[in-house]
Order: sequence, then structure tokens, then C-alpha cells
Amino acid sequence: MGTVSVFVDKAFKSGVLNGEQPGAVLPPDKLWESKKNGLVIIECPQRIPCNPCNTSCPAGAVKPFEDINDLPSVDYAKCTGCALCVATCPGLACFVVDLSFSNERALIKLPYEMLPLPDPGDEVECLDRVGEAVGPGRVEAVLEPLKDSTKVLVVSVKKNLILDVRAVRAVN
Amino acid sequence: MNEKHSEIQEAEILVIGGGAAGLSAAAEAASAGAGVLVLESDLHLGGQLVKQTHKFFGSKDEYAGTRGFLIAGKLLEELSAYPDKVKTMTNTAAMGYYKNDGVVTAMRGEEEYFKLKPKRIVMATGAQERLIAFPNNDLPGVYGAGAVQTLMNVYGVSPGDRVLMVGAGNIGLIVSYQLIQAGVSVVGILEAMPNIGGYWVHAAKIRRLGVPILLRHTIRAALGSETVQGALVESLATGERFQLDCDIICMAVGLTPTAEMLWQAGCAMKYIPELCGHVPVRNKRQRTTHEDFWIAGDAAGIEEASAAMIEGRVAGLDAAASLGYSVDENRFDVFAERLNSLRRGDTAAKIRSGLEKVVAA
Repeated sequence: MGTVSVFVDKAFKSGVLNGEQPGAVLPPDKLWESKKNGLVIIECPQRIPCNPCNTSCPAGAVKPFEDINDLPSVDYAKCTGCALCVATCPGLACFVVDLSFSNERALIKLPYEMLPLPDPGDEVECLDRVGEAVGPGRVEAVLEPLKDSTKVLVVSVKKNLILDVRAVRAVN
Repeated sequence: MNEKHSEIQEAEILVIGGGAAGLSAAAEAASAGAGVLVLESDLHLGGQLVKQTHKFFGSKDEYAGTRGFLIAGKLLEELSAYPDKVKTMTNTAAMGYYKNDGVVTAMRGEEEYFKLKPKRIVMATGAQERLIAFPNNDLPGVYGAGAVQTLMNVYGVSPGDRVLMVGAGNIGLIVSYQLIQAGVSVVGILEAMPNIGGYWVHAAKIRRLGVPILLRHTIRAALGSETVQGALVESLATGERFQLDCDIICMAVGLTPTAEMLWQAGCAMKYIPELCGHVPVRNKRQRTTHEDFWIAGDAAGIEEASAAMIEGRVAGLDAAASLGYSVDENRFDVFAERLNSLRRGDTAAKIRSGLEKVVAA
């Protein structure tokens, strides 16, 4: 019997982002490159009634919602890369990418609610938006900002992977 | 027969169903001073909330960012502030309503029957799962998503090793994520429609873990002799059929409101496809055409738990007001605005259109 890998649909309407659109935009390059601790990337392109990214942001960087269904929008000058939104977002749709980590590597802070939980120093497999392995990453830190079981993994990856990596899988 | 139940018990407000809507209704009615009895057919209160390990959407008012099972705890804590007003009975099902004298019959456990005569009734009876028919769907290994969630999240039992999910609404998407968390492989999600029905972000978080979603595909048969060993899948676009290897087929193909007692009460009912079945005509305060009955939650039309909790509060408050308890009228406006906000999004278009047909001005 078969598996479905040959049928993988990458259409937006099946839950895969294909490039920027309202509610899923990248930070401005120049600010992003120099910003220590990184800037947030939110991938939430559908109007749903949800605002914790805004209400959890201690810096006021996720702009206030006029309507709770508004798409999130970010004032990047205010974002400190703290990743509280990463831990809070019920849709696991917030990520922080820190380009200042080193010349070759960037940090991605992403939500993680799976087992096993990797330790700092572990290598993990980095996955793209359809779960394909795109390269190795190294866990630099394991945080739990809200102490509510949602972990934030801080993973370093080669800089050419930052637009693709949106999940990791523990390898051992 | 237990002696203490041989007489008709009275109750000011009877809330049938101790889930998200019912507990909210009870809390709101008790806060206004009304006496409330909550009947819950399950062994514990909380309804579907107790199975929800994911964080809720919405705003702070709807406990956004809090996991569902913790929200059940918060509602119970709220109720515990009114020990003299609120009584709850678990393992107790309402069985019928007798229109001539307003008596509700109930059954606790499997032996103990009794009668209740409430002044007001809030129906918060939730929904039943729909299943679709296909050959071999009686094989062990074919489940409704609710059963998979109960096994996994209430009893800590893994349903199997390789799950084929049927349906990409929020339940199918969320249960798929929970299965992966439990270490179970999800081989794919079939969705007959040309797009996912649930929130896009719920789909994205399982796509990035490698779960394929096959749009315009459906199941044609379960394969296997003693238990499920696979599924026959068909592309609705091309008619092509192929087999998939799985040991669990999990159906998340929708829910139907549970409101049979309202037929017995003679409430005006309407078939509203957007609300997924027959639902009672009601006013903006959730009161049906039978003046003693209110409706809240999925029994009023299939929607999210966040809306169910607000509907419950509206129903509980209005039922208390109808008994002469003084209530702050402004709260109705606050609740109405919160419901409107939840229903302004893209995914709520169906809800808006359904409610237009069934909510009297």
C-alpha cells in the first residue's frame, strides 16, 4: 500500500505559505540585518478572531487591532525579538529571526510542543513549511517563557535557510 | 430506586449539559442570584473542553492563549464561588420533557430515574459527530475524532500507529496535531472541499511537520479483515483511486447540533445548513419560542467554544432575569459585542449567514 508523499499539495489553501502576503510579511532588510536579538516574523494571513500576539507584546511592536479579526501588523522599530509572542500565539504562527548571531549563521526562535525535547547543543533537523528536511540546526537554548509547556527553541541555522525553516525535528 | 429521588425535584434554572456553554450559563445565572442545577451525562464536568490541549484563540475575555482543559478548570472555579446556588450532577442524562406539566425526566447512572420540575431550562447539550458511510466502516480502527481525543487526552491511550484523518476542519486539524504530539504518525488528511475548512494557521502547523493535506479527496472504503489495515482513497477531481497504509481511520467530518428535547417542548425548529442541522428559532438573548427554554453553544448551531461560552452567559443571565433577578442590562450589550467580534472573521461567514435565518429580531 502507498503513502501520500507523492501527492504533496503545496497550495496556500492547503496551509502552505508561498511568499509574502498581508498578515505574513518579512521585516525590512536593513533594520533586520543590524537588529540584535532579532525581529518577529508572523505568518497569519487569514482573518480569524484572535489577538494574543498584540496583547502579549511588551514592546507594543504588534500594532493594536481595531477589530479582533484584523491581520497582525508589526512596527519593527519597536520589536525587541523577545519571543513572547512566539510562546503565546495559539496558532504557533510567530517566529523570531536574529541575523546578528554570526556571519554565517542566524538564530531562529520557534515554538515547540513535541517530544522528545532536545537539549542545548543538540543537532536537530530543520523542516520547511511542508515538513521537508532542509538542513541541520543546532539548539542554542531551550526556553519556556510562559511556563505553560510551550517551549521556544533557539536554533542556529545557516543564513540561507531562514526563509524556509519553520519547524525542527529532534534527531536522536 | 433511591428514595430521595422518588419525588419531583424542583430547580429554578436547569442547565442541561456541563460543557463550555452550560458551565458559563450556570456561572452567569448564579452570579445574578438564581439557583441552578447542572446535569452532565459524562462522568465529569467540562464537556469537550477537557480534551482540548491546544491554546484557544479569541481575546482575553475568551481565555485566548489558555489551553482548553485549563479553561474548564477556570469555569469550575468560577462556579465554586456560588456553593449555595449551584448544584451539579454528573453521570446524569436528561431523558425527556413533558410539555403538559413541564417535567423533565432524568437518569443517573443506569438505574436511578427521577423527575425534575425546573422553572427555566438552558439547553447546552452540544453536538454529535457526523460519520460518513463507506464499505467496512464497522471495522475496529474506524473512529470519530471525538473518540480519538477521548482515548488520547482523557485516558492517555494511544489509538494506533498510523492515522488517516478524514476532514480538514478545525477538529481534524487540531486532533492531527495532538496525535503527532502523542507520538502517533498522521499519514494524511483528506478533505473533500477545494480548501481547508479550519483555521489556516492550524493547517500550517501540521503541514510543517510533514502531514500532507489532500484537498478534493475522500475515503471510499476501509481495507482489512479483522481490523483496519488501510484505506481506499479517491480524488474527487480526477476519479483516480489509490490505497493508503494506515491502522486508524479518524473521521472529523462535522458535527450536528443535539437538541432533541426542544422538539418535545414544541420549540419552533429550522433546518439551517450553515449551522449544521436543525436548530431552534431564538431571540438575541438565546431564548427559544418556548418561553421556558434557552439555547446555547453547539446545540444552537455548530461554532467555536469561545462563542459557546458567551452564548451560555447570555442565556444564563436572561433566564435569571426572567425569574425576576436583577441583572445589569449592560452585560447583554457587552456579550453581544463580543459575539459580533468573534463572528466578523473570514471563517465565520457561514455562521453569520445561518444566524440571520434563525435569530428573531
